Amino acid sequence: MVTSVTSFSRTGLSDWLIQRVTSLVLLAYFVLIAFQLTGSVDYTSWRALFDQTWMKVFTLMAALSLVAHAWIGLWSVFTDYLTERMLGPVGNVIRLVCQLGASLSLVGYMIWIIVIVWS
Amino acid sequence: MLQVSLYRYNPETDDSPFMQDFSVDTRGRDLMVLDVLELIKAEHDGSVTYRRSCREGVCGSDGLNMNGKNGLACITPLSETVKGEKLVIRPLPGLPVIRDLVVDMSLFYAQYEKVQPYLQNPTPAPAIERLQTPEERARLDGLYECILCACCSTSCPSFWWNPDRFVGPAGLLQAYRFLADSRDTATEDRLAKLDDPFSVFRCHGIQNCVNVCPKGLNPTKAIGHIRTMLLNRAT
Repeated sequence: MVTSVTSFSRTGLSDWLIQRVTSLVLLAYFVLIAFQLTGSVDYTSWRALFDQTWMKVFTLMAALSLVAHAWIGLWSVFTDYLTERMLGPVGNVIRLVCQLGASLSLVGYMIWIIVIVWS
Repeated sequence: MLQVSLYRYNPETDDSPFMQDFSVDTRGRDLMVLDVLELIKAEHDGSVTYRRSCREGVCGSDGLNMNGKNGLACITPLSETVKGEKLVIRPLPGLPVIRDLVVDMSLFYAQYEKVQPYLQNPTPAPAIERLQTPEERARLDGLYECILCACCSTSCPSFWWNPDRFVGPAGLLQAYRFLADSRDTATEDRLAKLDDPFSVFRCHGIQNCVNVCPKGLNPTKAIGHIRTMLLNRAT
C-alpha cells in the first residue's frame, strides 16, 4: 500500500501549489543567473554579486524552493514506480530506502549551499 | 488479406499470454474492428473471447487496445487504425486479464464508486422535479456523456501505477459532473474526499485520456476544474 505519510505536505493541493510557486522562484533565479552570464563574468564580479545580502537571500530562497520542488517531484516518481505493485513485497522497503537517500542528499545540498553562500 | 495479431490468454490452459496470428479476408471492405473479431470468431477460432453488446459505440463494452491505441472496436474502422495491413489487438492495458480480450474492471469500478456518482441533495424533493436554468444544465455538457468504457483510465500511466489510489480520468470526469451540478449539495464533502496527494493530483496533464476518448470528452479539463475548486475552497 502506498500512503501519503512521506509526502511533502500530506495534502495534494498544498504539494501542487508549492510545486508551482517554487517553480516560479526557480525560474526567476535562473533567469537572473542567465542574465548575469550574458555579460562578462570573472571571479571578482561573481564574488561581488554573491556578496550582496539580497543575492544571498535570493539564493537561499532558490535553494529552499529547489529542495521542496525536488522532493515533491521525486516523491511522485518513487510512489509511482517503487511500489509493491511494481516490485513485489520488497517494493515498500526499496521506496523508503530511496526516499531516505533522496532526503539526505537534498538536506546535504541545502547545507552545502548555505555554507558556500553565507560563509 | 488483413494480418491480425490477437492477444490470447486462457488462465485454465495457458501458462502465460501469447499473440496468435490470423489472416482475415475483409474483401476490401472498410470494416469496423469488431467486425474483424466477429469474423475471426465465426470463421477461424470460436474460442476467441471479448466483450461486445450494442455494436454502435453506446454501451462501452468493447474497449480494446488496437495498434497501440485504446478505443471502441465497434466504431473504429480499419482505415483509421490499420497501417500496412497489420492489426494488433490487445486488451485494455493495466487491468488484470480474465481471458483473451476480457479484463477485470473491478479496480475501475471501485474508483467510479468512490466519487459517489449520484445526485446528493437532502432537501425535500419538489413535487415535479429540481429545476435548472438552461445555463446550469449546459455546464453538464461534455460530462454526462461518458459511457464508462475505461479507454481513458487504462491509457493513463498514473492509473496504471496507482489504480487503487488515483481515481483516474473516467472517475474524475464523473466527480466533476456532480460538482458542477447545480442541484447537488454535497460539494464540500466531495471536494474534501479528493484533497489527498493521489485522488486528483496524480494527474500530470499528459492528456492520453483526451486522445483516446471515443466520445470526444475532455477529462483533463474537468480535472483542471476540480483543482480550481479545491484551490478556491482552500483560499
